[in-house]
Amino acid sequence: MTTVVTENCKGCRFTDCVAVCPVACFHFDDEMVYIDPDVCIDCSACIPECPVEAIFEEDDLPEGQEQWVEINAEKAPDLPLIEEPMDPLPEAEGRKADLGF
Amino acid sequence: MGSIGSESNPLRVAIVGSGPSGFYATEALIKSDQKVEIDLIERLPAPFGLVRNGVAPDHPKLKQAIEVYKKIAQSPEFNFVGNVTVGEDIKAQELQETYHAVIYTCGAETDRKLGIPGEELNGSYTATEFVGWYNGHPDYRDRTFDLSHENAVVIGQGNVAADVARILAKSVDELKHTDIAQHALDVLAESKVRKIYVVGRRGPAQAKFASKELKEFLEIENCRPYIDPVELDLNTTSQREIDSKEGRGNKKNLEIFQKFAESEDTGKQRTCISTFLKSPIRLEGDRRLQKVVFEVNELSGEPFKQSAKGTGKTMEIECGILFRSIGYNGVPIPGVPFYERWGTIPNETGRITVEHGGNVLPGLYTAGWIKRGPSGIIGTNRACAVESVSAVLEDIDQFGSDKPGREGLYAVLDRNGVQYINYAQWEKVDAAEVAAGEPKGKPREKFTYCDEMLAAANS
Repeated sequence: MTTVVTENCKGCRFTDCVAVCPVACFHFDDEMVYIDPDVCIDCSACIPECPVEAIFEEDDLPEGQEQWVEINAEKAPDLPLIEEPMDPLPEAEGRKADLGF
Repeated sequence: MGSIGSESNPLRVAIVGSGPSGFYATEALIKSDQKVEIDLIERLPAPFGLVRNGVAPDHPKLKQAIEVYKKIAQSPEFNFVGNVTVGEDIKAQELQETYHAVIYTCGAETDRKLGIPGEELNGSYTATEFVGWYNGHPDYRDRTFDLSHENAVVIGQGNVAADVARILAKSVDELKHTDIAQHALDVLAESKVRKIYVVGRRGPAQAKFASKELKEFLEIENCRPYIDPVELDLNTTSQREIDSKEGRGNKKNLEIFQKFAESEDTGKQRTCISTFLKSPIRLEGDRRLQKVVFEVNELSGEPFKQSAKGTGKTMEIECGILFRSIGYNGVPIPGVPFYERWGTIPNETGRITVEHGGNVLPGLYTAGWIKRGPSGIIGTNRACAVESVSAVLEDIDQFGSDKPGREGLYAVLDRNGVQYINYAQWEKVDAAEVAAGEPKGKPREKFTYCDEMLAAANS
């Protein structure tokens, strides 16, 4: 079991999740954040923080989002760590509205 | 002397309580632009607070948060001062005079009371006592829990209530390779408990369990989770709650409760029964607890604000043991303001105030459960500690410059004959515990008396 960031984060990158992560397991690129499953302790603190509900426990993943387990595991370790929240991407608010949040 | 936060005059901070909030406050100070010197003061000879003494032994992954704290502890700015009780070994006033800033991160150590007749009967306990006992907390080492009656009752709908019920439900085989204290394992091995009732004041749609915790009940080897399907009939408002976005977590819980309702009786030794809309009104028994009397409730109010009101109807559950887990309160520290009503230290975004809503007391701060009450999980305390440390850093120009810090602390402790330990000494305790666990296939066998810890620290 692990916790994964999915599609909705892409283009938003709000990073509210990062502030409550007890173990610094988030990494980021230009589009979104990813969780390193080897560091994450599955506490789920980040899940309710996401304004666009992008974060799920592995066995709660909506259909069609399963590939994100692998994407998080592959990408996170090689990307820079993010330990403090940063400004969302410029198009974040628009995307949030488009996503229905 | 340079300005506070400079190489020659580092910002000297004492943090009281070495649980998650204490470590996250430490981390935030170390990451700041200021030169800092931190003394993390802990009442026990062991750090990590609730991650060591609260997180259930069968949740080892959550305990890995400790790895982060161990890393923080390696920073040169950090110093651990264990086995020191503020208010006894050193006065709060003395601490304030010794440091530029003091941050209280001492958590919420006592359970709220039910406030009903019979609460003090033998057999009626707090979840805190039981959790501390199975986790080897020295304060609860010598408690005894009589598990000779078939029925146990847990009052509460949060994750601690779930932990208590799960530990009662699991077989010794499921627990023996965890870091559960040996004395607890020995008693649980003789447990005659067959039915565990987990009782909520409100309905299944209002239960506060993390759905992951609830799901675990479906996996227990010798225990069937059960709920009477009738209990899952929701009123219109509760239905609206779980159909809304904010009700996402509650909806997940309800799906799991549905599975409990559908679970088959496969002859498992134990049953864990979830039941709702009942408030205990009295505990009865002749010296020992024999039964709990509940008043049946109904819900009324707006979505997410529904409250339980008694209907006048009562029902009873016979039981030999009861645990209450209906929230926590902080314990006041002599000389530090305390807001009885919330069980917290009164504060404004982390700055301690004279009283609730009163003036700010310069140089005094708080973070974690003792600041905001017992809500949220481990990580919530990181954001909370960051907020409090921001306040410390904003106030830096107002601190009295000439503070002795660590030297001053040690002077007081030595004068009072206190046997304090540092982090290197704790590491000896840690290593000894891990070594003691190894032959049993456990990650560690904890020392459960302070004397034992101190002996290992000084070996």
